[in-house]
Amino acid sequence: MPHEGAVPVGWGGYLSRMNVALFVTCLADHYFADAAADAVRLLRHLGCDVTFPPGQTCCGQPAYNAGKSRDAMRMARHTMDVFADSEAVVLPSGSCATMVKKFYPRVVRGAAGAAGQAGAGARAAQASALADKTFDLAEFIHHRLGVTELGDGLAGRRVAVHQGCHALRELRLETELAVLLEGAGAEVVPWEAQDECCGFGGLFSVKMTDVSAAMADRKLETLPELDWVVSGDGGCMLHLDGRNRARGMGVEFVHLATALWRGVTGAHRPAGAR
Amino acid sequence: MRVEIRDYASRSREIIKEEPGVREAVTGATIAFDEKRRQGYSEIDADAWRRWAEGVKNHTLTHLDHYLTEAEARLEANGAQVHWASDATEAREIVTRLAKQHSVRSVVKGKSMATEEIDLNLALEDAGIEVFETDLGEYILQLLEEPPSHILGPAIHKSLQQVQRLFADRLGSAPDGDPDTLAEAARLVLRDAFIRADMGITGGNFLVAETGTVALIENEGNIRLTTSLPRVHVAVVGIEKLLPRMTDLAGFLQLTARAATGQPIGCFVSLVQGPAVHPDDDGPEEVHVVLVDNGRTDVLAHEHAWEALRCVRCGACLNACPVYRQTGGHAYGWVYSGPIGSVLDPGLLGLHEAMPLPFASSLCGACTDACPVRIPIPELLLHWREEAQEEGLTPWKERAALAGLASVATRPGLYRLAGRIGSRLGATGVARALPMLGEWARDRALPKPSRQTFRQLWREGIE
Ligand code: SF4
Repeated sequence: MPHEGAVPVGWGGYLSRMNVALFVTCLADHYFADAAADAVRLLRHLGCDVTFPPGQTCCGQPAYNAGKSRDAMRMARHTMDVFADSEAVVLPSGSCATMVKKFYPRVVRGAAGAAGQAGAGARAAQASALADKTFDLAEFIHHRLGVTELGDGLAGRRVAVHQGCHALRELRLETELAVLLEGAGAEVVPWEAQDECCGFGGLFSVKMTDVSAAMADRKLETLPELDWVVSGDGGCMLHLDGRNRARGMGVEFVHLATALWRGVTGAHRPAGAR
Repeated sequence: MRVEIRDYASRSREIIKEEPGVREAVTGATIAFDEKRRQGYSEIDADAWRRWAEGVKNHTLTHLDHYLTEAEARLEANGAQVHWASDATEAREIVTRLAKQHSVRSVVKGKSMATEEIDLNLALEDAGIEVFETDLGEYILQLLEEPPSHILGPAIHKSLQQVQRLFADRLGSAPDGDPDTLAEAARLVLRDAFIRADMGITGGNFLVAETGTVALIENEGNIRLTTSLPRVHVAVVGIEKLLPRMTDLAGFLQLTARAATGQPIGCFVSLVQGPAVHPDDDGPEEVHVVLVDNGRTDVLAHEHAWEALRCVRCGACLNACPVYRQTGGHAYGWVYSGPIGSVLDPGLLGLHEAMPLPFASSLCGACTDACPVRIPIPELLLHWREEAQEEGLTPWKERAALAGLASVATRPGLYRLAGRIGSRLGATGVARALPMLGEWARDRALPKPSRQTFRQLWREGIE
């Protein structure tokens, strides 16, 4: 096991192993289970102790996105309680990380404004505490652990990055995915539609299915020659891959966690992980 | 323009499937515009400019009554006449009455979204008055009897070939004429129209309260002619177009041009300061400014939507919008399309009339990053969605499904069970029969669930 006895490459200046609670998210639990497991391996390899609080469910984004803020508030409350004691919370999904980091405080503010609820101040404090310790996977590795060199297991692989919109424009993770992939040995190829929305948008892809599919087509049709499209967002990948398979285009989608873990474990091991 | 917003989903489908040229033309043009906007922003400290512009507009909107009164007084002192229109009907009546008073037979128009909004051309034509749109794009659409597809480039959904065919047909120009030849052909017709016109009608990009100045930005020179050649000039201006001082205008002229086209400033900026005073002055004998509310005070009173009134109609959000790019503006069913349309139309028309526009967005946020006055469009869309849910304007099945999700997601045991059933059902094709996923699956292969859930992997131990 690479993580056993490995000198953590991602020491990041911390004296003890960091405790990380994985918030796996609904899609990753059911559709990207292996990627989520790779995220666990990766975090352990980088010197973290990973826990999985079993009470976790859905972050509530589907409700928030649909304008059902009361339902979103119920789920936010639940999640805030589940992760109340965690030291750091990491999500293998830029979009769900954004929900917790950026939108929970808004949901809580909105709920407080609407009902003048008792305990609103405490909830607001809880939301901002959770926001501060919550990270998207790439954000956590790059900024919290301070790691950008993972190995060269992806040497020879041409990959393009699909930027999830929330990670890009709310968390402002503009180069982090590419930097990490390059730090895992991959060649990140330019893609003119890299930063464009794929058209998923949760409910949007159901309600406006034709526009949503046309947006996916724009992404797919502009792809350069490559081995994988890598993304940190499962929702985008299900949507893009669904369109890809429906059109028989043969593009391979790989979750960021899996790509990076392969970077670590590939033929050439990084210096720190013997 | 008739309101046909309700059909957004079916119209967008039609455009995508049956007029693929629209998607191609709009995508190409908007990406080029967006690229120029980025370039234009990169030459200045765009964030600082945008924050400043946001602040000026917020201040103005907060004191709108004060600045409107000041603007009216200054305009009148300059010799312009001010008219107040509370809705589209009143605005149309004011302009047609003015036209009749001056025995106007022929009108030239500069590009104006406000006059599209109030459906002015139709009213004038009904009154027996000939109307010429003099912006090249608007002129093309007038010949085609189509509404504009974009705030700034009304005909961006048309290809060069389509315009060549149209002009060959209607103006007798060469069927393979280059853009210059085509512009020349239009110019010949329009020059004659300018000379004959008794009245020029424009909108107004800004109205400076301090000086009573209507400011107009353009690149073709047609607005300059529209405001100076005919005897009478009428400017139809939304009440949110105010700026307090002339120094504010200096900043807004530059920022708006950069946001719209990346230019440091528009090729022509006309500052209309009232009618000609002395007999040998150039310019119209009379200047009228019609200040239009038409729903704007309702938007201003709305807890969240008021922020949309900062809009300077630069079109940057449309250019940045991947949703808009697939269909152009016609799918949206009213004069304001794209991101700004989706937040403004519910305010101006009432949410009921503007459904489902708040849902016609993936909330990607590219619009907000482009907007020169930092309107938080995704946030406003979410507020409209929330109101739509509360008012029961969304399908009950959808509301029930989301309430169900919340109930399940706050009970971890139930959640685990439901998740397993849900993802496994999807794989078996049952999902195709479910109301929501069925739509999704029409154009996409269904997702394949993992062999084991992460929870199972975790229980068994991850090595
Ligand atoms: S919302 Fe912003 S970007 Fe869009 S047209 Fe208005 S000012 Fe321009």
